[in-house]
Amino acid sequence: MKSVIAENLVKTYNKGNVKALDGLTLDVEEGTVLSVLGPNGAGKTTTVRILATLLSPDSGRANVGGIDVIQHPEKVREIIGLSGQYAAVDETLTGWDNLVMFGRLYHLNKKAAIKRADELLERFSLTDSAKRPIKTYSGGMRRRLDLAASLIVQPKVLFLDEPTTGLDPRGRLEMWGVIEELVKGGVTLLLTTQYLEEADQLADDIVVIDHGKVIARGTSDALKKEVGGERLEVVVEQSNISKTLEIVSRVSGNKATLDEGLRRISAPVSNGSISLMEVLRSMDSEGIHALDVGLKRPSLDDVFMSLTGHAAEVEEVKK
Amino acid sequence: MNALSDSIVITKRQLLQLARVPEVLIFSTIQPVMFVLLFRYVFGGSIATGQPGGYVQLLMPGIFVQTVAFTLAATASGLAEDMKKGLIDRFRSLPIARSALIVGRTLGDSLLNIVVLAVMGAAGFIVGWRPTSGLFSVALAFLFLLFFGYALSWVGIYIGLSARDARVVQNVSFLVTFPLTFLSNAFAPTTGMPRPLQYVAEWNPVSTMVAACRQLFGLENEFGATAGSFPSENPLTMSLIYMAIIMIIFVPMSVKKYQNASN
Ligand SMILES: Nc1ncnc2c1ncn2[C@@H]1O[C@H](COP(=O)(O)OP(=O)(O)OP(=O)(O)O)[C@@H](O)[C@H]1O
Ligand SMILES: [Mg+2]
Repeated sequence: MKSVIAENLVKTYNKGNVKALDGLTLDVEEGTVLSVLGPNGAGKTTTVRILATLLSPDSGRANVGGIDVIQHPEKVREIIGLSGQYAAVDETLTGWDNLVMFGRLYHLNKKAAIKRADELLERFSLTDSAKRPIKTYSGGMRRRLDLAASLIVQPKVLFLDEPTTGLDPRGRLEMWGVIEELVKGGVTLLLTTQYLEEADQLADDIVVIDHGKVIARGTSDALKKEVGGERLEVVVEQSNISKTLEIVSRVSGNKATLDEGLRRISAPVSNGSISLMEVLRSMDSEGIHALDVGLKRPSLDDVFMSLTGHAAEVEEVKK
Repeated sequence: MNALSDSIVITKRQLLQLARVPEVLIFSTIQPVMFVLLFRYVFGGSIATGQPGGYVQLLMPGIFVQTVAFTLAATASGLAEDMKKGLIDRFRSLPIARSALIVGRTLGDSLLNIVVLAVMGAAGFIVGWRPTSGLFSVALAFLFLLFFGYALSWVGIYIGLSARDARVVQNVSFLVTFPLTFLSNAFAPTTGMPRPLQYVAEWNPVSTMVAACRQLFGLENEFGATAGSFPSENPLTMSLIYMAIIMIIFVPMSVKKYQNASN
């Protein structure tokens, strides 16, 4: 069964001058994770807000958990959780205050609301800062608290809008852990992101959107195949270029390419770390010293390059 | 039923905010007390009144009304603050009555008014304010003041939801409240104003409220050109009519605006 269906959603702002969604269609199978991948201004937030009943589309159909979003928004609100792009918690109150308040708004009695708040704070490693105002929280803590607030009553469908944007690598890993755990618990999840890596890590299915339209859809493997997967890159001295080209081509089984200016040799590889070791070993036995070496995961830009032939247009830099 | 309990949760949140940042409460009471002292001692000597007990008797009702009128600005900026933080999105995605957030805020601001009025009343008493009517009339006057503040709170909700920037909210609120409070009988008798202004001042809801309070506190109201007009003869009725009109217009408009917020 499909837990989320969006069909031909159109949404314009500023009296039709800005087309945020231009016939967007997607769906999420129950109990799975769909990642909506797109650059700034692609329409990710608009999509999430429509599905979470905050915004009504100009046209199109949306259905969450078998309920029509436009006809029965109040019923949809009972089964969803939303953690928006910017943490939406009361800054002057403490983390504990916030969770208890939201618990009360989910109609838990006082005792149950307190119990649930304590549980969630524990689960998101926020117990130590529970009694501090949110103002004093780091970005990562705020984000976790915001997510906790959307889980007061176990939602059937969860929407997360760029849950890791603005987090440092450690915060991001923590957040991924939390999300993976939720998914194991069986929630249906729609999450938006600007990072292919994140979609890859968390999602069963990925849709890539640009200018309010879906431009590609598939599993992360399928998309990666399309993009070309990982690339191995080595930078060497001028005198070692030809030998290194040979080694990289042999190990990767693909024809290696050379960026002359940067003296960088690269080739797509299917088994990243093993190929990397083998290349280094071969270079070592030839006495070649690598100035820089690494594996490059395809980025959102690479996805866009291969899907649209142009890099993602960053319309506005908000962050 | 749930709609009411949801609103109360929101009201409690506002009280909790005050507990967490007590400065807000301290300053919102210091300011009106300061007004009482300033007007009492700066203008008190120069405004001649026929009232026994002096200017402070006329002043207190005026300052009470002015203070509750500023609820409009408090409500508007509080709501604008929530809108800005995206908090509204969270509230709107919860399975609660959509009106809960705005009803809760208007109730919270009224509770704050109770505290502020009590402190002001005490300050007034210290500097010589002595209502001569009975306890019942005084209590009724304070009820009037609370309801007037509550009605204006709804105008604040509308302004808070309409403006896109917290600074605009401030400006618009002051643009509404300043002329209302000064083009009135609140601080000086209207008899000194140019004739056309006297009519405006006499029909101004702030004036009818001030006149109603003065009457309830046991004072005689003075009228110039407008003596005998409906609002000057019936300030209580007129004030009630105004409050009803404000609510009838702004409650549905605000609720509708809130439902479509950010659409
Ligand atoms: N309230 C609004 N008024 C006018 N235009 C808007 C509004 N909200 C969004 N837009 C425009 O709609 C388009 C899609 O916006 P949306 O916020 O959905 O993008 P996004 O994919 O979430 O971007 P980001 O990665 O920056 O969060 C953008 O061009 C944006 O400028
Ligand atoms: Mg967004």
